[in-house]
Amino acid sequence: MDKYIEMIRIRFLMMLAYRTNYYTGILIYSINIGAYYFLWSAIYGEKDAIEGMSVIQMSTYVAVAWMARAFYFNNIDREMAAEIKEGKVAVELIRPYNYLGMKTMQGLGEGIFRLFFFSVPGMVIVSFIFPLQFSADWTTWIFFAVSIILSFFINTQINLLTGITTFFLFNNTGLIRAKRVVIDLFSGLLIPISFFPLWAQDVLKFLPFQGISYVPSMIFTNSFSNNEAIQAIIMQGIWVLILIIPIQVLWIIAKKQLIIQGG
Amino acid sequence: MNDAITVRNLKKEFKAYSSRSGLKGAFRDLLTRNYKIVPAVNNISFQVKQGEMVGYIGENGAGKSTTIKMLTGILTPTTGEVIVNGMNPHKDREKFVSTIGVVFGQRSQLWWDIAVQESFRLLKKVYKVSDEQYDSHMAHVIRTLDIEPLLDKPVRKLSLGQRMRCELAAALIHNPPLLFLDEPTIGLDVLVKLKIREFLKEINEKYNTTILLTTHDLSDIEALCERVVMLDEGKIIYDGALKSLKEKWGEGKEIEFQFLEDVTLNDLNRITASSEVKWEKDEKEAIFTAFAEDNDELISLLIAKVVADLKVKDINIKETSTEEIIRNIYDRGIS
Repeated sequence: MDKYIEMIRIRFLMMLAYRTNYYTGILIYSINIGAYYFLWSAIYGEKDAIEGMSVIQMSTYVAVAWMARAFYFNNIDREMAAEIKEGKVAVELIRPYNYLGMKTMQGLGEGIFRLFFFSVPGMVIVSFIFPLQFSADWTTWIFFAVSIILSFFINTQINLLTGITTFFLFNNTGLIRAKRVVIDLFSGLLIPISFFPLWAQDVLKFLPFQGISYVPSMIFTNSFSNNEAIQAIIMQGIWVLILIIPIQVLWIIAKKQLIIQGG
Repeated sequence: MNDAITVRNLKKEFKAYSSRSGLKGAFRDLLTRNYKIVPAVNNISFQVKQGEMVGYIGENGAGKSTTIKMLTGILTPTTGEVIVNGMNPHKDREKFVSTIGVVFGQRSQLWWDIAVQESFRLLKKVYKVSDEQYDSHMAHVIRTLDIEPLLDKPVRKLSLGQRMRCELAAALIHNPPLLFLDEPTIGLDVLVKLKIREFLKEINEKYNTTILLTTHDLSDIEALCERVVMLDEGKIIYDGALKSLKEKWGEGKEIEFQFLEDVTLNDLNRITASSEVKWEKDEKEAIFTAFAEDNDELISLLIAKVVADLKVKDINIKETSTEEIIRNIYDRGIS
């Protein structure tokens, strides 16, 4: 376990080594939150509530969804693709650790870094500019914490899956991009799932994506009752377990037919 | 059984895809693709004892790296058996790799953006090395490789030679009984090469570390290895002592003479008529070269005869270099 914790620390150091990325990140996220805030205020107009959500809940939803994204989002699929393409995966395989586990830890290191140096200060700044609503109920915060950790795992697992496909496709830049758009849309980052047409909501219930953004954001804005929140968190947990299966299967096949590119 | 490596009938085949020509061909490639099965490593067997230093040589594409990758558990063999350190490398990968060290000359295993010591620290945790072990062993490694001043620099700021020394140290953090070096001296200057060679010799003596080395620089092999395994087109074409390789394929000795007086080839042939010697003349510099069998008595006799009759300015005895021998073998095959 020691080595995995050490990896989180190393990733932390690597994030610090690239400070410019960090500053531009803050800028991009603020622009996104601002744009969606004004878009939604325009849509709401004079109305008090749409689909049971008030304007304030909506702006809180937008802000928290983006700030949560900073935590669960990572580029390990792209990193894996690069490592496989350049043959660096050979070096990873001569180390006594689980490659996928190590990648997850790198993602976590990145996530924790952004949570403390990005999401939390970002949220404070955003709350000065836009009217947001924070829950005073500590159960909401606990639900939110559990839920966001699970959304990290679901998102990371989907990234691992996309990354492993590089072993078979050799060039999957397109797939990685498509995955990103699909997640942004179907996870409820851009539009809450409850705004989708009913049939689409039914379909999305059977997909893991809403566990990534919709669930933690709804919990944070108190749009879920306690019961709904618990159910949603259980669903997230089930998805984390289900996703282990395709990852392991693909990983075993990938290792068997692995070709190290470039000598 | 104290063999570090046992390889029996090892084979690795790759599918080599070929593209059809033209636009029509490109569309057909979308559906079905042509491929050939190419053996990269074809039925090789060898053994390496604990504490041996073995040079693994061959032309580009002969299958050296593929073998190393199978021995380190990265690639799965198509058929055949590999036992390294008493384990099957790809089956017990995680347990197995903590008993080996690997240096790939062309790939870095240090983390690019962070200081060298942070990489070391992570590797120390990864290999579960205790503090005492680390301090006693690594202090020595760091001193010998002279990398103390580099430890707090990020890897991307190191020169190739500096980085290579750090790579070597990183591969030795857990003091493995078996070390694989895949072209460790590629692109390095003479001083760094010497330092690395000396260091390898030292750890081999001190810890009885087995070392398997692939390189295109034969002086590395000459300096380090008593045994060489030579590979060509996926097959082993020679496995034995470096010395007997020289004796077997070395093409005698060359003795170069320069004379103070005018000499013709006829004179020389007359003088040495009794022994089996072939003379050649380099017109430009008036150097006469005698080709003789590698036999000490014959050569001393030859020199004595020449010196007795003619005034000599310079004599130079040359042995066929390993490089030439190996070039000959590659060119002509082993037959």
